[in-house]
Amino acid sequence: MPVRPTAAFPLLPVLLTTALAATALTACGSGSGSSPDTVKVSFKQSTDNSIKVMDGYLADIKKQFEKKYPGKKVELIPIKAPDSEYYTKVQQMLRSPKTAPDLVYEDTFLINSDITSGYLKPLDPYLAKWPDWKQFIDTAKNAAKGEDGRTYGVPDGTDTRGLWFDKGIFKKAGLPATWQPKSWDDVLSAARAIKKKVPGVTPINVYTGKPAGEAATMQTFEMLLYGTGDGTSDPLYDRASKKWIAGSQGFRDALSFVHTVYREKLGPDVSTALDPNIQTIVAGDLLPKGKLGIALDGSWLPQAWLKGSGHEWHEWSSELGLAPMPTQHGQAPGKVSMSGGWTWAVPAKAGNPDLAFDFIRTMQTKANAEKWYVANSGIAVRKDVASDPAYARAQPGIKFFTDLVASTHYRPAYPAYPKVSTAIQEAMEGVTTGDTSVDEAASGYDDALKDATDDQVVRK
Amino acid sequence: MTAALPHPKTADGGPETTGSVPPGPSSGRRTPGAGVRRALLRALPVSPALVLLLLFLAGPIAYCAYIAFTDLQLTGQAHSSFVGLANFRKAFADDEFLNAVWLTLVFTVVSSLLGQNTLGLALAALMQRASKPVRTLTGGVVITAWVLPEVVAGFLLYAFFRREGTLDAILRWLHLPSQNWLFTLPILAVSFANVWRGTAFSMLVYSAALNEIPSEITEAAEVDGAGGWRRLWHITLPMIRRSIGTNLMLNTLQTLSVFGLIWVMTRGGPGNKSQTLPLYMYEQAFQNSMIGYATAVALLLLVVGSLFSLVYLRLLRTEV
Repeated sequence: MPVRPTAAFPLLPVLLTTALAATALTACGSGSGSSPDTVKVSFKQSTDNSIKVMDGYLADIKKQFEKKYPGKKVELIPIKAPDSEYYTKVQQMLRSPKTAPDLVYEDTFLINSDITSGYLKPLDPYLAKWPDWKQFIDTAKNAAKGEDGRTYGVPDGTDTRGLWFDKGIFKKAGLPATWQPKSWDDVLSAARAIKKKVPGVTPINVYTGKPAGEAATMQTFEMLLYGTGDGTSDPLYDRASKKWIAGSQGFRDALSFVHTVYREKLGPDVSTALDPNIQTIVAGDLLPKGKLGIALDGSWLPQAWLKGSGHEWHEWSSELGLAPMPTQHGQAPGKVSMSGGWTWAVPAKAGNPDLAFDFIRTMQTKANAEKWYVANSGIAVRKDVASDPAYARAQPGIKFFTDLVASTHYRPAYPAYPKVSTAIQEAMEGVTTGDTSVDEAASGYDDALKDATDDQVVRK
Repeated sequence: MTAALPHPKTADGGPETTGSVPPGPSSGRRTPGAGVRRALLRALPVSPALVLLLLFLAGPIAYCAYIAFTDLQLTGQAHSSFVGLANFRKAFADDEFLNAVWLTLVFTVVSSLLGQNTLGLALAALMQRASKPVRTLTGGVVITAWVLPEVVAGFLLYAFFRREGTLDAILRWLHLPSQNWLFTLPILAVSFANVWRGTAFSMLVYSAALNEIPSEITEAAEVDGAGGWRRLWHITLPMIRRSIGTNLMLNTLQTLSVFGLIWVMTRGGPGNKSQTLPLYMYEQAFQNSMIGYATAVALLLLVVGSLFSLVYLRLLRTEV
């Protein structure tokens, strides 16, 4: 078959392809260009379709904002993903000015890491001129502070953790409905009493191992670890030398607690404890069905029992009791809690940072902040809201968890933290399955820590 | 794509080499540049495809290969730098990486070589003899498993294997002890899942291959008194050897990169007991943010895949 190589014929596809490739590339380049009057707000949308708390709240703020600043527009960009994938998606967006939104919802878990990467913009010039900033409590302000001392985010609430217990099961086990344990031993002996007298229920749940992820590290391990020692210094990270702490007695004691729970079969069956869905099992099945005596868990649990959530449970406030997690031997300050939470931050590559801060200010008026805390079972970080009786009345348990803010700790969420957290989960998993002893697991952690932190380790 | 490439010999009847060959009837005079020009013109129709391939395939691959030699992180780092072979040294010094390599091999051998391949051949052979309704029904069931999206299949099998799942219910009904299969035998559970999901492909390949065997040969062997096993060993297998090679190669490459199925069923756990290389890579890249290191691991996975492919290609070649 003869082919006539005339110039026009073969050139056409080449031109077409070049044009196509060029449009494809420029589309990536200019399509998302910022208009100076639009603020692009990306946020984390719940993976559960029935939960629209954030969507509804932001739609309301958008309306208020567009009314207050005529001519300005808000574009909401929902990112629907579970936590760990949300971080990844946001980090990819923040890398390029073409995709960076003007405002981003950042977990305090990773904010320091993203600050180090240069993804975020310091907000100090804005905060200095914002009278409401004085209302925020100091611990929460510190959560969004970089190692350079500048602040990169405005916290929109926090969370605390404590002991939830089933009053019905406690009654059967002969334990008081006003149970307030004073030490770790008190917690363990209550669990032992339940195991003995109320067969068929799980005495206590503490999250453990890699499948539970950060929940194992924070809800369990750090709740124990920060209750060891004198309660003034950070047992995980030495802020003075900027090094991570290895080989501490507190670390081994916290591991021993986990080991005891699973060795004595006080916790869920190990295979259930290591199910990746354990958090859903606890909140959706064990607690509402009266199959769990004590749960060391977070303030947000009632979110799972709201109307329309699939595990509706109005009676929880009368059927469950709350107690602060005690320190190891009851030493001062007597109770311990960990806090995290989320902040609103402005990406370094944002097109309209000024407008973005105006949006934060609209979200964080006292009335709007209060609306948000109540809607998402969050704990107030604004002093004026925390002391408002209407807020304390809004939901059972909210006063209890807000009071814990006084004795709470924030994680040393520096860039190496996610890897340190994984190393902790691995140590926990070893003692949970019984594959390793407490000492082996602790020394395994010390090795992993060196690796995760580039040898920035100090022995204490 | 390849079908559209004009074959040099058929394009204008002349050989494709330039310069030294006598000019074709249409070129008239021998000019040094004519051959080159003609070759270039002939390459023109291919160039759009070539540009696209370079842009969207070779480009990213080259970029990945480059990243594998840097310490690029997703977060926690202001600038990345070139680190040479450090990522590869780190991988081979890491127990978790070696564990992942081992599990990947177990998963591939159990689910692909032994499972999908053998079961697919057995099903294809049995279906040759089966009646039409049986054939349709079996084929339908097997292919349904194949058509299901990976994640859906993963959830189905999670429900099957989990504690108090379908398998346990069946065992209890038979008065046998039940257990959590995803916890006690995770790598076998996910291997089984992969067999369940991927056997259809082998079955189709082997059905086609078996249909190609002329019935006279089988009948002749039968007349000569060869039993079922002898026929299989001396006639059927040698005759479908090429299909076996192709099928093994495709299955292996597919199985090496299985991610969704394992992620949904066990997330690589408990511990690292079902963490194959793709899951290890994901953990390093997106949970520990170490993109450079994870890309190095991806390159190593590519090497494992190529090694398998080489072995199979050898198998194919020695036959002729």
